[in-house]
Amino acid sequence: MLDKALFYFFAGIAVVSAVLMVTRRNVVHSAIFLITALLATAGIFLQLRAEFLFIVQIILYVGGIMVLFVFVIMLVNLDVALQQIQFARQKWVALIVAVALAGQVGVMFWTSGKMPGQGLPVLTAAAAAKLPPNSETVARSLFESYLLPFEIASVLLLVAMIGAVVMAKKRA
Amino acid sequence: MLPIGHYLFLSLALFIIGVVGVVTRRNVIVVLMSIELILNAVNINLVAFSRLYGDVAGQVFALFIIADAAAEAAVGLGIIIAFFRNRETVLADEMDLLKW
Repeated sequence: MLDKALFYFFAGIAVVSAVLMVTRRNVVHSAIFLITALLATAGIFLQLRAEFLFIVQIILYVGGIMVLFVFVIMLVNLDVALQQIQFARQKWVALIVAVALAGQVGVMFWTSGKMPGQGLPVLTAAAAAKLPPNSETVARSLFESYLLPFEIASVLLLVAMIGAVVMAKKRA
Repeated sequence: MLPIGHYLFLSLALFIIGVVGVVTRRNVIVVLMSIELILNAVNINLVAFSRLYGDVAGQVFALFIIADAAAEAAVGLGIIIAFFRNRETVLADEMDLLKW
């Protein structure tokens, strides 16, 4: 019951603030609403008992990436953009893409009800009290099974950092 | 945890909102933020299935996706700053240097 209430609470916040993010004219407002959506997603992670990811989401996404976004919004002069047309003329493309995506998933749900064994998994998750400690299992998995992808991700971050510095640097 | 369909529908809604934002908005910064929203929607799926199957690998991959999102944001915002310095605009339909 509490699980359900928490899920609908966070999911509602996430969807509403995502819609507001896409529709607001002011970019700073968009950034604030994206932060709200990301925080609500962190709540969903916590409801799924992924505590480590919950903390990482808040510290890294909200505290790191979004601060970067807000910095760039401040650097880039927006007074001009505020008076111009907000949306590009691609409303029909957007509508077609959205309907196609929703249709695909709708067909998936519809057919999964008719073909037993073909649809969504119906097994039940383990009880929350019986889960192993989250951070510990994540760390074990990350540094035992996925050590090479972990190192590759660090190289990727290094490359991205160098690329960002080189591109944002003033030309000599 | 609720049945997996709830999480899939939430993820789908966020994904579609993100796609609509990418396609329709003119401001490149908002386009980048919509991409972040899309990546986040994928993360919800990964974590939900990780919880369902009791396998922590989904959460590890969600971590990798967060790292990728950080890299993408850094490079994308670097490009935006460099472009703004050259052309004084952040609007997608004014970025037409390769169009002619």
